[in-house]
Amino acid sequence: MDHPDSTWRPSADIETLRARARHLASVRAFFKARGVLEVETPVLGHGGSTDPHLASLSLKATTPAGQEQLWLQTSPEGHMKRLLAAGSGPIFQLARVFRDGEVGRRHNLEFTMLEWYRPGMTFDALIGETCDLIEHVLQSELPRCRHAYRALFQRHVGLDPLTATLDALQDRVAPHLGESCPDWSRDSCLDLLMSFEVEPHLGQGVIDIVTEYPASQAALAKCHSDPDGCQVASRFEVYVRGIELANGYDELIDACEQRQRFEADQRERRALGAPSVEADHHLVAALEHGLPPACGVALGLDRLIMLAEGRACVSDVMAFDTPRC
Amino acid sequence: MANYSTNEFKSGLKVMLDGDPCSIVDNEFVKPGKGQAFNRVKLRNLMTGRVWERTFKSGESIEGADVLDLDMEYLYNDGEMWHFMKTDGSFEQYAADKKAVGESEKWLKEQVSYTITLWNDNPISVAPPNFIELTVTETDPGLKGDTANGGSKPATLSTGAVVRVPLFINEGEVLKIDTRSAEYVGRA
Repeated sequence: MDHPDSTWRPSADIETLRARARHLASVRAFFKARGVLEVETPVLGHGGSTDPHLASLSLKATTPAGQEQLWLQTSPEGHMKRLLAAGSGPIFQLARVFRDGEVGRRHNLEFTMLEWYRPGMTFDALIGETCDLIEHVLQSELPRCRHAYRALFQRHVGLDPLTATLDALQDRVAPHLGESCPDWSRDSCLDLLMSFEVEPHLGQGVIDIVTEYPASQAALAKCHSDPDGCQVASRFEVYVRGIELANGYDELIDACEQRQRFEADQRERRALGAPSVEADHHLVAALEHGLPPACGVALGLDRLIMLAEGRACVSDVMAFDTPRC
Repeated sequence: MANYSTNEFKSGLKVMLDGDPCSIVDNEFVKPGKGQAFNRVKLRNLMTGRVWERTFKSGESIEGADVLDLDMEYLYNDGEMWHFMKTDGSFEQYAADKKAVGESEKWLKEQVSYTITLWNDNPISVAPPNFIELTVTETDPGLKGDTANGGSKPATLSTGAVVRVPLFINEGEVLKIDTRSAEYVGRA
């Protein structure tokens, strides 16, 4: 008879874990064939992500420097860029990353991020390579459609995300929030409308690529002017079947600008009442030393395997999800 | 009452929304590639029974609702209120109004135990047990021998409920009824 408490059991069945192992091998084969070096970087770092909307986990560790606070990495970005600055050339990693509070059908507190960097590769070429990797894992060829964030948002929401007034955006958001009157920021409104009114339409029978994000959502990407002279970010997101799979940048390599963005993040964290996080000073130092122009992308591997295996939840393709860990 | 943050939201949690107590039905974490994370939450309004869908920023808090489900025995109706008594031996009584009793009125039988939902110690809803045994007070005379054919007729039960019953059922018989579908299950 089954023990009444079955939470010791894996969240994925063993057959799916065999398929997962095959997908991991095929990802490694994909990069080996393209001459991209596999690297492993620490799960812990002296700095964490300052992104105001990411919650980092930290712990106290005993090191040669004494008792130190170290941060579980939300992405291997900082460490991998330091390798680029040290002359690694193209690199990829199957990294375990941690984001506090993120648990749901498409999220797990720790998950596997496939992240890779291509020094000297153009933004467009990296978009192509990202789609190639997705097709390689899904083992099917799909049409690829590229959209500017602004045009896509206008089509599905009916507002211009770069020029609409804050009032217009808040009015548009209100029905999602019921009677409470939103005093939300511009970016929060855009994020809500993007999540609930645009994303569900994306990647239906195609790979949809969204580019030219508002400059305020650049994160660690370079910015440039769009044809109308509005500042937009050299950032792309890839969607398949309504699911966001990958986020890529033409990487910011200007140390001064990087430091300013970290400081802006810290100000926003304070305004939001989010706990302060130690910024990644090693990354700023690496940029000061000099990072070769590079494009990089991070892809949620559990989600891609979930799609390849026709599953509905990331926990279906993980040995043990957070509730069972 | 305590406040609950979105990361404490789980199915069954009782919270206040727009002045009404609600029970969380579903909670999904949603996040665009970068930026603000949200919780898309389905809540059942315990006053109206309607299901609402609301979006919260992750980390937002809302007030908990002092809502309690208790088993109580139905006692009597005084013409305006329906009176119930706790089954925990305290003999404590509660009076529910028409709004709280609602559709359950037709299933109220003395000495049967009901689930009473209290909000701030006031009954806001009354749920009958899934199955209840009631006496037929009025129906057309039974047709002898017709025990196999699928025919049915209306029958009025002791609580006033009207249900479809097989043709062979007579007045005075005690029947088992499924209160969720108001369907005849069998003779008790």
